[in-house]
Amino acid sequence: MAWQKVYNGVAEGEIIMTDISGWDWDSGKKLISDISDWKKIYHWVEEPYVSSDGEKIAAVIKLPDDEVFTMCENGVAWENAFDRVWYPRFSPDGRLTAFISDTGEWALAVDGETAEDKYDFAWDTRFSNDGKNIVYMAQKEGKYFAVVNDVPWEKVFLNMTGLAVSNDGKRAAASVQTVAFKEADIVKFQEGCYSAVIDGVVWNNNFVNVWDIVFSSDGKRVAAGVRTNLYDYTVAIDGVVWEKTFASVWDPKFCPNDGSVTAPVRSSGKWFLAKDGQIFWDRKFEQLWHHMYSKDGNKIAAIVAPQFGRWTIAVDGKIWGATFGDMVTDAVFSPDGSRVACLGKENEKWTVAVDGNQWDEYDMAWQPVFSPDGKNVAAKVEKNGRYTIVINGKPIKEDFAAVWDPVFSPDSDKILIKTIETGQNENKYFRRVMPVADITG
Amino acid sequence: MAESVKNAAAEITDAGIVGGAAKLTPEKIEKVINNVLKAEGGARLKTYVDICAHCGLCSEACHFYLSHDNDPKFSPAGKVKQTVWEIIKKKGRVDVEFIKRASEIASTECNLCRRCVMYCPFGIDIAYLLLTVRRICHKLGITPQYIQDTAHSHSATANQMWVKEDEWIDSLMWQEDEARAEIPDLRIPLEKEGADIFYSVIGPEPKFRAQLIYQAAVIMHVAGMNWTMPATPGWDNSDMCMFTGDFEMMARLKKIHFESAARLKVKKIVMGECGHAFRSVHDVGNRALSWKMPPIPVIHAIEFYYELIRDGKIKIAKKFDKPVTFHDPCNTVRGRGLHEMGRYVANATCETLIEMHPNREHNYCCGAGGGVINCGPPYKMSRIDGDKIKAEQLAAVKAKGAQTIIAPCHNCHGGLEDLIHHHKLDMNIKFLGDIIYETMEKPE
Amino acid sequence: MHDIYDFVSGPMVWVSLIIFAAGCIYRFISMALLAKEKDPFLYNYMSPYHALRSIFHWLTPFGSENMRKNPVFTIVAFSFHICVVIAPLFLFAHIILIKQSWNVSWWFISDTMADIMTLIVIASCVFFLIRRIVRPEVKFLTSASDYIILAMVAAPFITGFWTYHQFAGCRIMGIIHILSGEILLAAIPFTRLSHMIFFPISRGYIGSEFGAIRHAKDW
Ligand code: HEM
Ligand code: SF4
Ligand code: SF4
Ligand code: SF4
Repeated sequence: MAWQKVYNGVAEGEIIMTDISGWDWDSGKKLISDISDWKKIYHWVEEPYVSSDGEKIAAVIKLPDDEVFTMCENGVAWENAFDRVWYPRFSPDGRLTAFISDTGEWALAVDGETAEDKYDFAWDTRFSNDGKNIVYMAQKEGKYFAVVNDVPWEKVFLNMTGLAVSNDGKRAAASVQTVAFKEADIVKFQEGCYSAVIDGVVWNNNFVNVWDIVFSSDGKRVAAGVRTNLYDYTVAIDGVVWEKTFASVWDPKFCPNDGSVTAPVRSSGKWFLAKDGQIFWDRKFEQLWHHMYSKDGNKIAAIVAPQFGRWTIAVDGKIWGATFGDMVTDAVFSPDGSRVACLGKENEKWTVAVDGNQWDEYDMAWQPVFSPDGKNVAAKVEKNGRYTIVINGKPIKEDFAAVWDPVFSPDSDKILIKTIETGQNENKYFRRVMPVADITG
Repeated sequence: MAESVKNAAAEITDAGIVGGAAKLTPEKIEKVINNVLKAEGGARLKTYVDICAHCGLCSEACHFYLSHDNDPKFSPAGKVKQTVWEIIKKKGRVDVEFIKRASEIASTECNLCRRCVMYCPFGIDIAYLLLTVRRICHKLGITPQYIQDTAHSHSATANQMWVKEDEWIDSLMWQEDEARAEIPDLRIPLEKEGADIFYSVIGPEPKFRAQLIYQAAVIMHVAGMNWTMPATPGWDNSDMCMFTGDFEMMARLKKIHFESAARLKVKKIVMGECGHAFRSVHDVGNRALSWKMPPIPVIHAIEFYYELIRDGKIKIAKKFDKPVTFHDPCNTVRGRGLHEMGRYVANATCETLIEMHPNREHNYCCGAGGGVINCGPPYKMSRIDGDKIKAEQLAAVKAKGAQTIIAPCHNCHGGLEDLIHHHKLDMNIKFLGDIIYETMEKPE
Repeated sequence: MHDIYDFVSGPMVWVSLIIFAAGCIYRFISMALLAKEKDPFLYNYMSPYHALRSIFHWLTPFGSENMRKNPVFTIVAFSFHICVVIAPLFLFAHIILIKQSWNVSWWFISDTMADIMTLIVIASCVFFLIRRIVRPEVKFLTSASDYIILAMVAAPFITGFWTYHQFAGCRIMGIIHILSGEILLAAIPFTRLSHMIFFPISRGYIGSEFGAIRHAKDW
């Protein structure tokens, strides 16, 4: 599902994204925009968003003396203003999108241009990895559908949730209600009124529930967790269910190289990893979820609780020595699959853990990022309300009012850091590129 | 067993129970019961059944018992006798009629309010035992219709009220618009990553009580909080699956809720005034996922308001001048000990607070909790009859002058409203948020 | 007759003591193992401070709301439990027997005291019995086993009193006294009387849940 994909941050193939070698990788600091200037003109400036290459910063603004809103990018407002603007997002290739509404009708605006088709509501913008294709959910006259590159599905549905998009952004899928039922009609519901829809085409069979839809990396196949009655959970791939059912199941994933499907499953009160319907890893866990494949598909890592209340990472079923009491999130493989990093939380403090080794404690931390050669790991962290970037456990010297996720250069030597500073440079947004060695020493 | 059937107040008509029972055979019942007892009935269940002294001391704890003129069938241990003891004694070999009645007892004649736990000398957790009966009934497919429908909604939409993804966002925007008429620069910040507070509510708020979101937004705004609400499923913290015994679904709901907050990188979750939802995130649902404590701290509105007022973030312009009384929701007192904080807020915002007795940890439940009100119209009257004692308590405090009841829990509102209406008490009920909103200093 | 006496006062004492001790240990360990297997998380929530706090409150007469609401019952229940444990353990006659057999001894109570305590136990049992019959909420919960257990508890005290005061047939009563005492001892781990073993655990657990997790009192 939408939020899970982002939460995981590990969807296979996602690392490819846009070609970043064309970005400005010259070392140095560059002022992109001074938000104070915007604030002088528009008193209402919402929280800013930054493009992946760091060249643009944007926020929702309200025009002075008028009850209309628009986007401001690097100090320049879009030509048109609207009753409402929300969900600003930069596509991976740097286009600024946001949902806008006028007189109660919604549309997606891209770099200020609004498509012709309007909807009663539109939400959940998604991009292909290269940023070229855009998909979102929409509702018109009480019916639900997806919109792919401004083309709405012809087929519409009673309800639709959990949008999933293929890596190339050309295909969209979701869980849909296929059978209408009256209020409190529990019999009908239990007969199965939901299915998965891919590009407007619904699977042949209905289920009681369909969740966690995922595309294979080539976008050709679709898997989902399903409930066939109130008690039996399993995985359906292109509408065909596994033979075995389980007491519960979490998000399935396609193996990027052999096309097999794995999912965490619950049986006899414990969690296991299952592959194509059979228990796969040879051990059980109190919890196992958010499993992910290395890019080559040869390794699987997952967030697990080997015992009640203790969390760690298991790679191919083997757990780290370090465990955390509060939670573990945001796991990620290094590009070559040899290392894993994640966030761990213990006693309300966050840390970054790489292959089981922990960094300092922070008030908050963001998903760690590996350099392309896998040697360095960087993460955005927060301490006492100030943000900074930490590489291999070492923070850069300054801290900031705001920071975005760092990006390593393709040759792994440099790191792109996007910051809003304080003090003299208050409200100024800078893009800077630093040699990694300057920080790691 | 014959006894319990004979004693059933009226013929069972609930479509969920009757419809489910039609598909049952004694063999299936025996198999399911034994599976549940074997797989899940651990040391707690066994010990509780073994050591119960049959002393009846828990009886007076239960509002159902007191409201039915001390009818032993409604005593906590009496309800366990009619269900768990019998099931264990007969090793699951009970008939369809028995299990229908067991479903009704566990789902509609116990609020899982845990008051009896405080009266049993061994601390036997009757609520846990009756929840185990609900678990069995879930597995047998004989859960009352209306609460089952709610569980279905949870499974399909991750909220209690069939609210669709866009309807949720739309209602937040609508409330933001409304509130801007009063405070022009107010925002309900959606999807604001890195905010301090993730504010979550229960399904009925966007559906029926949207003004509560408005009020919460005003309070957040005036207090200067850095807060956000998600624009994805996961916004609903409530959990009827916890009360139908569908623990797998309960776990899924808690996962979505906590992960939405984790995704938005917040420091804590502040939740609206709901009792059972707090229970589900604080010490029930999280455990089903192997989180010993909530992975992200969850602050109930009572505590949050208490902190805002204590720290001077909210100032009271003019106290509420009509006398009020304070109803302690079971799940915030026996579930979290928030009674003094609740009174702190009530005293800070109201001129006169008149206590009901018993109160604090010893309060009587409103009769709605534990999913009982969610069992809907077929059980409305038995619910009202089952909490006569609360109505008497309300009448007594009204006689002392209280006109307004503060109840910081949604379910309590539902339960108390029905009592007030039925007994023609003519009192009104408010949330703490209502009172704060009414009395606080707001920007001009 | 003498053979029977020798038997019940010799090997049977051992047997009952062993059943009692081994039974308690067995019940305790099997419960702990079951908990570990089926609800392992319970261990995570045990908080010694809050457990003891709860146990203490419930071992204090009138320490809980419910005890204050039922003063007669509270007085009877506390007197009963104190006497049921103290009287047999510190009875002069028992201590002499133990001294003869194992050459260990300890402090004892006067015979008058023992008499009074025995009567308290018997009277309490009568109270429990009547309560079981006349109080609907207790009656509803009562099954034959409750009466049997009550009889098992009362028997050694009634017969002991009888024997000590040399009422008619006291020789045979003496044998019944020893036997019933042994039966009671052996029955503790395997009947509802096992509450003696599990009271601290169930109380401690709920005390921990209420105290440490829910920040509320449970009395
Ligand atoms: C030493 C640890 C013990 C503790 C903490 C304990 C505690 C309790 C408690 C809390 C009750 C519930 C009702 C009440 O308060 O009376 C109870 C009932 C009872 N206990 Fe105990 N007990 C202990 C030992 C014993 C022993 C050794 C016996 C008998 C040999 C015994 C016999 C009984 C009986 C017969 C009842 C039931 C009263 C009724 O019928 O209502 N207890 N006990
Ligand atoms: S309603 Fe409350 S007091 Fe009554 S049995 Fe249920 S949990 Fe106990
Ligand atoms: S008070 Fe406790 S021991 Fe006594 S009957 Fe009730 S549950 Fe059983
Ligand atoms: S609805 Fe309110 S009073 Fe009733 S059980 Fe819930 S919290 Fe308790």
